[in-house]
Amino acid sequence: MTHDLSPRLIVVGTSMGGLHALSVILGQLGADFALPIAVVQHRGTDGESAMLTSLLQLRCALPVSEANDKEPLVGGHVYLAPPDYHLLVDGGRFALSTEARVQHARPSIDVLFESAADVYAARTLGVVLTGANADGAAGSIRIKRRGGHVVAQDPATAEAPAMPAAAIGTGAVDRVLPLDEIGGFLNVAAFSGR
Amino acid sequence: MADQPSFADDSGEGRQVVPAEPRPGHDEDLEELELGLLTDAVYRRYGLDFRNYARASLRRRVRLAVADEGARTVSGLTEKLLHDPPAMERLLLRLSINVTSLFRDPGFWQSLRKNVIPHLRSNPFVRIWHAGCSTGEEVYSMAILLQEEGLYDRCRIYATDFNEVALQRARDGIVNVDQMQDYSTNYLRGGGLGSLSDYYTANYGHAIFRSSLKKNVIFSQHNLVTDGSFNEFNLILCRNVMIYFNDALQSRVHNLLHASLRRYGYLALGRKESLRGTPHEADYDPVDEGERIFKRPR
Repeated sequence: MTHDLSPRLIVVGTSMGGLHALSVILGQLGADFALPIAVVQHRGTDGESAMLTSLLQLRCALPVSEANDKEPLVGGHVYLAPPDYHLLVDGGRFALSTEARVQHARPSIDVLFESAADVYAARTLGVVLTGANADGAAGSIRIKRRGGHVVAQDPATAEAPAMPAAAIGTGAVDRVLPLDEIGGFLNVAAFSGR
Repeated sequence: MADQPSFADDSGEGRQVVPAEPRPGHDEDLEELELGLLTDAVYRRYGLDFRNYARASLRRRVRLAVADEGARTVSGLTEKLLHDPPAMERLLLRLSINVTSLFRDPGFWQSLRKNVIPHLRSNPFVRIWHAGCSTGEEVYSMAILLQEEGLYDRCRIYATDFNEVALQRARDGIVNVDQMQDYSTNYLRGGGLGSLSDYYTANYGHAIFRSSLKKNVIFSQHNLVTDGSFNEFNLILCRNVMIYFNDALQSRVHNLLHASLRRYGYLALGRKESLRGTPHEADYDPVDEGERIFKRPR
């Protein structure tokens, strides 16, 4: 897989257990990480918004912020889907939507993954982490169909194994990695993407 | 600061900015082509202009419509749209109903009470415009807030949308009773002074807003894509509407909003929308940057 892996965008999906998993991964990224990372973490609508950003920023050498509508994707930046919006990719920028929940989720991982695959095709790297439902499985299939790559967290290392297991079950996952190896993998992938 | 919109790589450390070239494959080019043909066809046949809608969300909504209509391709959907007007009506609903809720973003309503209402009080007469009001939840939220703040009688609220079906739902003011529980929480978090149940009557699983809330509300059809300014306002809300528009259309709407806003008037955008790069960015001062409330100083 790694010989043809040169992504331009990394998209990450998680729900239950995501705060811990993201903290571990983001904490391992090099300060010179050159790619943009877009993250959907399932979240409630109740205004604890700034806290997730702050908590992840504490652990991450890269700037972490909630994506704004029409904001450009900048390398070496981590963008979080804001609560109660779907996050899409529109050319080289983000686009938000307030459409209906998908599998009860808004933001939805599938919506982000599918949108990223539309624009970045084979240059998309999807990462499916711990979570309690199957969001991200359909999106992983779409990324693969466009020639991109998908990595899933080893369910055995996941607080909630259902989400990575569902993605793996589709056959669309290229590589299964334990949580503490994902950051290192992304560092290598980003280097080859330059 | 995490939540301030900052679009450039301001680090000044020479960090590489990846130009983010999209790499579409052959299939994508074809779907893109079909999407363009669809919006052209709809415009030429029905005069409805979706040509400047934001591409990503438009593409997604059209794909959902393709599946729902049993068409095989976007072109198949276009064929239906051209020859079967009810299919166009269904697509229209899909493209224009913005899913929303009462007191969505309670922080915004709190901020409105704290930072805007006190200043509006100094006017003998207050005109408010909900531009793109969809099914009206934002309008009823405003009406409730104004009643609680004792300002309602001095206000004239204009609620406009281009979709007549959405407008009618807004006029009817009917909400599913199941949703009222969530709405109640939002209402309280938004600074509600009483109980949400004071404002509606419930019957057979439906809740209907009290007609007193509509007394000073004018629901009217208006298309932000094509229509002009029709009045001057003290407060304009255009929240989570322009996320569905591309840059060109967003600019047009900002021109329209600015032309419709009185001096010292307030503009409120959606929580993750920005004035950055829009034509009147320099013509507003922030009142609450985090909640996207701005004031026109001149």
